[in-house]
Amino acid sequence: MSETLVAFDEVLERYDPAMGLEVHVELNTNTKMFCGCPATFGGEPNSQVCPTCLGLPGSMPVVNAKAVESAIRIGLALNGSIAEWCRFARKNYFYPDMPKNFQTSQYDEPIVYDGYLDVEVEGETFRVEIERAHMEEDTGKTTHIGGSTGRIHGADYSLVDYNRAGIPLIEIVTRPILGTGAKAPLVAKAYVAALREILLGLGVSDVRMDQGSMRCDVNLSLSPKGSDKLGTRTETKNVNSLRSVERAVRFEMSRHAGILDAGEAIFQETRHFHEDTGTTSAGRPKSDADDYRYFPEPDLVPVAPSREWVEELRGTLPEPPAEKRARLQAEWGYSDLEMRDVWAAGAMTLIEATVAEGASAQAARKWWMAELSRAANDRGVELAEVGVTPAQVAEVQKLVDGGSLTDKLARQVFEGLLAGEGTVSEIIDARGLAVVSDDGALGAAVDEAIDAQPAVAEKIRGGNQAAAGALIGAVMKATGGKADAKRVRELILEKLS
Amino acid sequence: MTLIEKTAAELIDALAAGETTSVELTQAHLDRIAAVDGDVHAFLHIDAEGALSQAAASDARRANGDALHALDGVPIAVKDVLTTTGLPTTCGSKILEGWIPPYDATVVKKIKAAGLPILGKTNMDEFAMGSSTEHSAYGPTKNPWKLDRIPGGSGGGSAAAVAAFEAPLALGTDTGGSIRQPGAVTGTVGVKPTYGSVSRYGLVALANSLDQVGPVTRTVLDSALLHELIGGHDPLDSTSTTTPVTGLVDAARAGATGDLKGVKVGVIKELAGEGWAPDVMAKFNESVDLLTKLGADVVEVSTPSFEHAMAAYYLILPAECSSNLAKFDAMRYGLRVTPDGDPSAEDVMKASRDAGFGDEVKRRIILGTYALSSGYYDAYYGQAQKIRTLIIEDFKKAFEQVDVLVSPTSPSTAFPLGAKLDDPLAMYMQDLATIPANLAGTPGISIPAGVSDADGLPVGVQLLAPVLEDARLYRVGAALEAAIGPVLSIDKLEVAR
Repeated sequence: MSETLVAFDEVLERYDPAMGLEVHVELNTNTKMFCGCPATFGGEPNSQVCPTCLGLPGSMPVVNAKAVESAIRIGLALNGSIAEWCRFARKNYFYPDMPKNFQTSQYDEPIVYDGYLDVEVEGETFRVEIERAHMEEDTGKTTHIGGSTGRIHGADYSLVDYNRAGIPLIEIVTRPILGTGAKAPLVAKAYVAALREILLGLGVSDVRMDQGSMRCDVNLSLSPKGSDKLGTRTETKNVNSLRSVERAVRFEMSRHAGILDAGEAIFQETRHFHEDTGTTSAGRPKSDADDYRYFPEPDLVPVAPSREWVEELRGTLPEPPAEKRARLQAEWGYSDLEMRDVWAAGAMTLIEATVAEGASAQAARKWWMAELSRAANDRGVELAEVGVTPAQVAEVQKLVDGGSLTDKLARQVFEGLLAGEGTVSEIIDARGLAVVSDDGALGAAVDEAIDAQPAVAEKIRGGNQAAAGALIGAVMKATGGKADAKRVRELILEKLS
Repeated sequence: MTLIEKTAAELIDALAAGETTSVELTQAHLDRIAAVDGDVHAFLHIDAEGALSQAAASDARRANGDALHALDGVPIAVKDVLTTTGLPTTCGSKILEGWIPPYDATVVKKIKAAGLPILGKTNMDEFAMGSSTEHSAYGPTKNPWKLDRIPGGSGGGSAAAVAAFEAPLALGTDTGGSIRQPGAVTGTVGVKPTYGSVSRYGLVALANSLDQVGPVTRTVLDSALLHELIGGHDPLDSTSTTTPVTGLVDAARAGATGDLKGVKVGVIKELAGEGWAPDVMAKFNESVDLLTKLGADVVEVSTPSFEHAMAAYYLILPAECSSNLAKFDAMRYGLRVTPDGDPSAEDVMKASRDAGFGDEVKRRIILGTYALSSGYYDAYYGQAQKIRTLIIEDFKKAFEQVDVLVSPTSPSTAFPLGAKLDDPLAMYMQDLATIPANLAGTPGISIPAGVSDADGLPVGVQLLAPVLEDARLYRVGAALEAAIGPVLSIDKLEVAR
């Protein structure tokens, strides 16, 4: 089979991409989907298990009501319909880390159907239609010991940890996303990012892609330009970062085009994504005829959320992120570009909090996007984790507004905060950063400056007020920049009038 | 009358009156087991030590004047399909040989909490598949009436233990008749409670949507006593009903001393006549006459869908069991057969399943896998579910006309061991009359209707009531039992007195 990659721009000359994204989200419920075991991450292997999540003979599942609640809230936030009546089904297949050898999932009766999410890419809005979101349980985790690949083949033995088995999952499945053209990789990334933002706002999941609590399967196919028939798809499994989602789409587009250009057929299969190279490799063959022998789970009664409950949950939804962004932008008076930068830097909620503490939107943006973003970048941490709080930013700005700090001094305060030197006032005291506006102290410095530069003083006496700059500079220098420049100017003019 | 010949109700009185102790009567039953179980083989595991220590604890509670459950101190036998801590649970299968569950089934927890000493675990068809207990991997149980006859199945062990006076009470499970049909052929009383009214948690599932735990006893009153103890809501079983299980003992007592004036009884047209042994029909007709004499208004009712019940049952049951048995992969518990050479995990699994599962189990796994497979689901499983709905409708219509339905329990008396072993369909026909209740979730009881004039073996009569109307069965059953008179006695058995 041809593995010639076609340059991305060329792909688009001949083909239209179609994408389907399946995002798995681990819910952050206290207990597992079907039993009372703790659902916390990272315990000793097999320390959070019981007969039910171990699938022991005779054990029975009971649905976690909190997980159903999260599923409904997610569905509503994705503009979806909530089923009045739905069921769990058994998906029968063998996998070493699946203790029952069937997965309890939802099949043709998902709890959420017909939703959508609008995503914006470079000023253009794409509506991603969501076919369904369904509830299921996660599997355990296997570690293969021995062998070189870390995969089961060639391993001496395998260890299975069932702590994760039975953690509630929501799988959110889109309809084929068409008409994105060259923006396909960006739309995929933007969709997952928007989804992540919504889930974060709902508080239903940690959405940590690096820890696997959110993972994305990328389905991609190409069809000849202008054709309305979908091509054969491949499914790249478990892509675990936003950047990788974009790269996986891009790579598969190039790879598919290479195969199609050579007149060959795409093989329907799952693919593994390789973070280091940005490429994919063949997984297992997959066909629509994969026979999971689904049938309704007889041990569980149907889930029938009352309409009252659904409406009650609708009332708990936070403002949709896109609407919130638009509202804040208007309130703050930011330009589109400024707002986009703020959002991309993860500064939106920080600025919102800083404004709530009394700072102006302009000042808040200035500190977070300049000083603090740079520090976060230098340290390789999220802005929110940089070590300065919105309250501190507002406090510093208040001192600037009141004239007791200059911007330059404020920068030094932030330096101290970032270095963990204490509170704002402690740092000002310790570093001696307060502006000198005391006329006595300033007066002496002004007299010194006048004495040192008689020629300049003469010009000012002659009415040339603009010449005061040189004297102000000298006073600032003498006071280590702590002088209140406005007051210095007044004093100079008073003395030389 | 010896201790072992007393009914549970009589033992309650004897214990209360201080005429005996739990240790004494538990020892008497253990002695009886030691004397006859070599011939009968009702038990797979006998727990003399455990039973005696539970009995001693019961006696201590009684001596102490503690509040006791009515059945405290009365020993019981438990079908080996229910999980028991500290005692093996094999389901009559090699694949679970030696497995000691880490948890008790809810019904086991309840009988332990009520202070019933557990004598041991009773034999059964492998994973409850069969109608003769000949499919047990540990050898068949014999009918104590005549040792060359089958004791019914799958709960032949529980029925035989009670019939042979090895235990006054036993727990069985009824998926298609596995309590009632053994009851009929051993001259004991067997009850399938309303689906969901007794917890299934810890019952190793055969077919989850059909399985039900129920009592096996020598009298209707004893069944009522045990049924009230094991019934009620269980938060670990989401299909369990929240309706309290009460009034059964009162109904049984009222029935035994009263008449049946005003009770409407329907004889099921489709479950009498052709295909039924003449001696069985003769005894059945006598029972119907007795019902009339007791004042019941007896009419014939038609349930046309019942003729398809067997077909539906043998699609739904294998479908569910094929999924349930997938967990037996030799990796975590139970049998592991390691072939010579350098076997893969799959090789170990294949060899273990080949050695661990018997023919009937393999037959049903294959059947169920086929019935659920894509392309056949609608034709088989889907159709079967439609028939199930029709049967529920038939019951509804019938119960609009009458209070209870009657039929013979089983088409013949106990047949010789081995007679139907090579003819699965003939074996399946044994459950013709009992299966509809499992498909509809309705309760049913089999009580001894006398002995056959042809072979001197017991014949059973089945009563059926609407969902959650189990009390009707006890009222009508007790009245009929009193009118028929004693059928089982220790003198009539082939096993030694």
